Amino acid sequence: MRLLKYFLPLALFLALAIFLGLGLSKDPREIPSPFIGKSAPTFSLPTLEVSSNGAQAGPVWSPASMEGKVWLLNIWGSWCAGCLTEHPLLAEIAKENSNPELIGIAWKDEPAASGTWLKKNGNPYKKVVIDRAGKVAIDYGVYGAPETFLIDKKGIVRAKHIGPLTQEAWEKRLKPLADKLQKEQ
Amino acid sequence: MSNPKSSLPPQSPAYQARLRALSEELRCLVCQNQSLADSNAELAVDLKREVERLMTEGKSDEEIKTYLVQRYGDFVLYKPPMQSNTLLLWGGPFALLLAGGVAWRLAQRRTKLAAAAETNPTQSAARKLLD
Repeated sequence: MRLLKYFLPLALFLALAIFLGLGLSKDPREIPSPFIGKSAPTFSLPTLEVSSNGAQAGPVWSPASMEGKVWLLNIWGSWCAGCLTEHPLLAEIAKENSNPELIGIAWKDEPAASGTWLKKNGNPYKKVVIDRAGKVAIDYGVYGAPETFLIDKKGIVRAKHIGPLTQEAWEKRLKPLADKLQKEQ
Repeated sequence: MSNPKSSLPPQSPAYQARLRALSEELRCLVCQNQSLADSNAELAVDLKREVERLMTEGKSDEEIKTYLVQRYGDFVLYKPPMQSNTLLLWGGPFALLLAGGVAWRLAQRRTKLAAAAETNPTQSAARKLLD
């Protein structure tokens, strides 16, 4: 009983320290996405056509055309610093024989500015769609660029990465999952 | 429309009050510790516009909140909902209060018992001296 009197406060302190420690080790920006395991929201947005005489809106594109493919949906903007950080990695992924295919959403960006950015830094995307109003981004629960969704052959969101994609996150988490999804029917 | 509030003209004080009340319950995800109402971040402005659009479509407060939770998760709500994974959050303070109360009662009883045990020998010793 006497021992308890001395150890109880210590035990309580340790429990509190562990809880607070766990809280500190979490990234407050890593908000769990409610979309994991659910169908990716559908949309129809104009594509961005980049040519030598500027950039303009092209034909409408919709995720339905990706059925049977594993793909990455990357939300970016020419105004976004983090997007430039992850850009070399996206270029590398794009080189790796189109698994997964990379689709970009130019979020709240002027098509002309998006076009200039892509021309200057290189275009890793198979397709870029224009979401000037940010309506589709809201449907995807996006709250900051860049964000990346991994979507499977049936159009189900399987993973989400918040912030610039890192080599580590790609190699340890997304790439193995994409390879596994590629083998699924 | 089933919701009488939806017919309010956009500039009326009641409409503005409803928009304000709703956006105070919703978190600005960019700034996290501010509500949508307090925030001027661009996404917060977009989300406020979205809330307003849903209001003019005649959606109820509950429907608007569900719409945002479906996209942004429970995190978008400033007041977390009562459900199995928030049980500790909601119940924790009451459990701690109860534990504290029990500990306090036990401690009180022990001092009372100790005091009672002490008074008797002292009293008898004092009486012996008086005799």
